[in-house]
Amino acid sequence: MVLVTLSRDGIGVMSCNPAIGGLGKGHLVREVDALDGVMGRVADRAGIQFRLLNRRKGPAVQGPRAQADRALYRAGMLAEIANQPRIDIVEGEVTDFIMDGFRVAGVMLSDGTKIGAAATVLTTGTFLRGVIHIGTASRPGGRIGDAPSVALAERIDDFGLPLGRLKTGTPPRLRSSSIDWDGLEMQPSDENPVFFSFLTQCAEARQIACGLTRTNERTHDIIRENIDRSAMYGGTIEGVGPRYCPSIEDKVVRFAEKSAHQVFLEPEGLDTDLVYPNGLSTSLPEDVQHEYVHSIEGLERAEIAQPGYAIEYDYVDPRALVSTLRLRDVEGLYLAGQINGTTGYEEAAAQGLVAGLNAAADALGLETARFSRESSYIGVMMDDLVTRGVTEPYRMFTSRAEFRLSLRADNADQRLTPLGTALGCVGKARQAEFAKKMEALDAGKSRLEQVHVSASEAADAGIRISRDGAARTGPELLAFADVDFEDLLALRPELSDIRVDIQEQLKRDALYAQYVARQARDVDNLRRDEAHAIPPDFDYGILSGLSSELRQKLTAVRPETLGQAGRVEGMTPAALTLILARLRMGERRAS
Amino acid sequence: MVTYGHTIFALSSARGKSGVAVVRLSGPDAGTALDRLAGGRPQPRRASFRVLSDGDAMLDEAVVLWFPKPHSFTGEDVAELHVHGSLATVEAVLQALGKQPGHRIAEPGEFTRRALENERLDLSQVEGLSDLIEAETEAQRRQALRVLSGALGVRANSWRSSLLKAAALLEATIDFAEEDVPADVRPDVRELVADVMSDIQKESAGIGIAERIRDGFEVAIVGPPNVGKSTLLNALAGRDAAITSHIAGTTRDVIEVRMDLRGLPVTVLDTAGLRESRDEIEALGVAKARDRAEQADLRVILTERRAAAPTMTPQGDDIVTVPKADICEGDFSAETGAGLDWLVDEIGNRLESRANTAGLAIRERHRTAMKRAIESLQRAAIQLESEPDLVEISAEEVRSAIRALDSLVGRVDVEHILDDIFASFCIGK
Repeated sequence: MVLVTLSRDGIGVMSCNPAIGGLGKGHLVREVDALDGVMGRVADRAGIQFRLLNRRKGPAVQGPRAQADRALYRAGMLAEIANQPRIDIVEGEVTDFIMDGFRVAGVMLSDGTKIGAAATVLTTGTFLRGVIHIGTASRPGGRIGDAPSVALAERIDDFGLPLGRLKTGTPPRLRSSSIDWDGLEMQPSDENPVFFSFLTQCAEARQIACGLTRTNERTHDIIRENIDRSAMYGGTIEGVGPRYCPSIEDKVVRFAEKSAHQVFLEPEGLDTDLVYPNGLSTSLPEDVQHEYVHSIEGLERAEIAQPGYAIEYDYVDPRALVSTLRLRDVEGLYLAGQINGTTGYEEAAAQGLVAGLNAAADALGLETARFSRESSYIGVMMDDLVTRGVTEPYRMFTSRAEFRLSLRADNADQRLTPLGTALGCVGKARQAEFAKKMEALDAGKSRLEQVHVSASEAADAGIRISRDGAARTGPELLAFADVDFEDLLALRPELSDIRVDIQEQLKRDALYAQYVARQARDVDNLRRDEAHAIPPDFDYGILSGLSSELRQKLTAVRPETLGQAGRVEGMTPAALTLILARLRMGERRAS
Repeated sequence: MVTYGHTIFALSSARGKSGVAVVRLSGPDAGTALDRLAGGRPQPRRASFRVLSDGDAMLDEAVVLWFPKPHSFTGEDVAELHVHGSLATVEAVLQALGKQPGHRIAEPGEFTRRALENERLDLSQVEGLSDLIEAETEAQRRQALRVLSGALGVRANSWRSSLLKAAALLEATIDFAEEDVPADVRPDVRELVADVMSDIQKESAGIGIAERIRDGFEVAIVGPPNVGKSTLLNALAGRDAAITSHIAGTTRDVIEVRMDLRGLPVTVLDTAGLRESRDEIEALGVAKARDRAEQADLRVILTERRAAAPTMTPQGDDIVTVPKADICEGDFSAETGAGLDWLVDEIGNRLESRANTAGLAIRERHRTAMKRAIESLQRAAIQLESEPDLVEISAEEVRSAIRALDSLVGRVDVEHILDDIFASFCIGK
C-alpha cells in the first residue's frame, strides 16, 4: 500500500482548530476507534484538555472532545502510519490518474513516476483548485503555505463529475505570550477525563485550561465599518460556507442585536506560543484583523502570528458516489473527506475508514464494508451524503441520527467492533479486550436480570415507584433515570463485585431500553428495505406509475437499496412498491 | 416469510351505493381483531355471518372471512369483513379497527407490497399493479391537497411551526451546548407543546375533520365567463344553488353542491369564470377557482364553440364539452335538459371506474395521527418536568409527535430543524 502525500511532514497536520471530537463528532471518533482506526488513540495521546460535552444530559448525547497538542498529534499520527510495515509513504504531487478504460488503475506524479493500484482513494481536502482569501486579496493555495492541486482538478473535470464550490475560514493565530490571561475566565479540563479510545486508560500529556473572552460593541463597530473589505461581503467568494461555523463578519451582520460573541482561547500545544481564538474566523484584511482583535478584552496587546483567511475549494457532489465511497461511474476510484463536501477531521476520518476498507476489499476481492443508519453515525453520514448530497459543508450533529438513543458514543464498540472483526480491520489486542468486556457485560446483565425487587422494597429504598406495583428486575430499576447502580447496590450489595465500568455501562444500556424497544419496528423496516439491493443499471423509465418528477430524482440519485430509495425526497410508499415489484420480476426472470 | 409488525386495514371495495363494502385486514394481529370485534375467528376460508361490535356498541352485521397465513392474498393472516355499504357503517368499522393494538390504516399499495415480499403474486399480476397503485396514490394526493388547502390545513401548519420550534429549541441545547444558546429552554418548549396539544385535542374531539374532509368525489365545472357553468350546476342539483345571471363574472367564488350522482357521493364545484380580470376581487376568485378545479377528481370543461381552446388544460379523462345546445351547436342544454342525461352518464362512468376510498382513509389516518401525537406530547410534557436533564428523551417524544402528524403537517426533516436553529441562534464559536 502506498500513501502519496505532498510532504511527509504534512501527515497529521491539523489545519483548522487543534481539537478533536465534540457533539456528533465525538461519536464518529468512537466509532472509528471501535473499528480500530487510529484517530481516537492518537488524539488521546495528544490531548491536553479533555471535556465530555453535555455531561449533565443523558449518555446518548454526550460527546467526548479534546484539545490536542498539534505537535504531539502530528508526531503520533506519523508514527502510527510509519509503524505499519505494509504502508510506503511516497512524497510527491499526484497530477493524473493512470486509466484503463473507465477504470482508474493508479496515479501519475508530477515527476513522471507511475504508481499502479487496484484501487485508489483520493483525499484532496481543500486543495482542489483551492483559493485563499484575505480581505480583497486572493491567491491560489491549498492551505496556508501550500500550493493547490490544479492539474488533478482538470483531470477530474474529464470524468464529467458534478462539481461545486465550498468555503471555510480560519481565525488569526495569536501569540500566547502577548495575551493578558489575568482576569480572563478559564475553562479547565474535566476532573475525570473521558477518552476517545476504548483502549486508553489515562491521559499522557499535561492538562491545560483554555481562556474565554468576548467581543464587544467596539469590535462590532470595527467590523461593520470594514465589512466591504471582507472577501465574503466584497463578493470575491462564491463558495458556500457552513452556517454553524460563520465568520465573525457573518455573526456581526446576521445577529446585529447581539452585543457580544464568545471567543475561546485555545492553546495549540504545550510547547508552542500559538493560541487559536475559536470564534474569530474571518476573511477581513490583516489591518482590520489587528484592529478588532485588539478591541477584545485580554487581547489588547495580542500579536497576530498568522492572519485569518478564508479558503474556497472544489468538491464533488457526493450523490455521484455509492455508499462504499467509490465513484459510481469510475471504477477503482474512491473519494473521502472534504472532496465529498464534508468538513471536520472526524467526518474525514470516518470516510477515510470507509473508503480505505472498501478500496482494500476491492483490491483483494473481499466483501464490501457497508454501514447503515441504524447501526452507526458513520452509516448516517454515508447515507446522507450519497442520497441527499450537501448544500453547505456537511458536519455531523447528533440530531441527524434518528436512532440517536441507540447510537451512543459509549456503545460504539458493542455496535461496531464485531463488524470490524468480521471485516478483518480489528487487531488482536482490541479483539481480546473487547471479548473480555463483553463477557463481563453479559455476565453482569444476566445477574441483573435475576434480581427481583418488590415495589415496596424499592419504595423503602427511596426509589420513586408506587408501592403496589409489580416487582422489578435490575435492568427495569436502572431504566428509571434517577436510579443509579449505587441505589441498586444498597438493595443488593452482592452486585458490588461487578466492575465499576461495567456497572456504568449496564446503567447506560438500561436507561433507554424502552425507547430502543419502541424504535425496534422502525429499525426492522429499515433493515428489510436495506436488504433489497437495486442494481446500478435499474431502469426507472419503464416503471409506469411513477411521477416524472420522482423518476428524474431516482435516476439522478440511483439509490443502491430500497431503503435509500425510500429516503429520496417526495417518495411515496406506492412508488416503493412499484420498484420492489420490478425487482422481484427481475429476480424471477433470472431464476 | 417476511413479518411486518403492524396489522394494516383498509376499505378494499369500490365506493358507491353498492350494498356491500369489504374491509380487509392483514398482519399478525388480524386474528386478535376478529376475536375482539367479531367474537372469534370463523373456520378458515368459509364465509360466516357475524355481529361486529366495538365493546358494547354494535357496529353492523357482517359476513366474515378468515385466511390464516400463509394461504392468503398477502401471505400473512388476513381477515375480510363484508359490511353494509353505508358510509357511516364503514367509518365506524374503520374507527374500531384503528383502536386495536398494532393496527393502522394501510398506505396505498401496502397490501400489494406485503404480497410481493411474501411471493404471493405472479408475474402478470405484478405487471398490472402500477395503474392500480397510481390511481390509489393520486386519489390520496388530491384528498390530502384538499385538506391542506382548507381550514384544517391552516391549523396543521401552525402545529407544524410550533412543533418545529419546540424541536429546534431542544436540539439546540443538545447539539450546540457549547454555543450561545439559552441554557434552559423548558419554559418555551412547555408552552409550545401545551398549546399544540390542547389545539389538537380540540380538533380531534369535535366533528371538525369529518366535516372538512369530504367523502366521495369532487367534480369541477370550468370554462370562460357566461358559458353556463352555474346554469349547469343548477340543472344538476335541481335547485338554485349558484346565482345565475347573464352578467359575466357573477360567480366570484367557488360554489359547492353535494349531490348523489348515479349512486356516487359527488361534490360539484362551480368555479368563477376563467379569464384575466382587472377587478382585484374577481382575479382572486379566478385564482381560487383554478386551484380548486385542479385538485378536483374530474373537470367538466365547457367551451363556447367546438373549436374553441379550453380555458384549462384537460388532465386524464376530463370532459370537454359545449353547452347551450338550445341556442347553438352544443352537446347538451342545461336550460332545456336535453343531453343532460348523457353528461351525467359520462361523469358517472368516469367516476365509477375509480376506487375512491381516500376520503375515508384519510379521515381515519388523521384521527390516529392526532391521537398518537397527543400521546407523544403528553409524554414529552411529563418528561420535561420529571427529568429535565434528559433533554434527548423529551426531544425524542417531540420528534415522534411530528412523525405522527406527518400526513397532516408534511414531512419534517432534520434540515428544517437545523434551519430553525441557525436562524434563531448565533452558532459558531
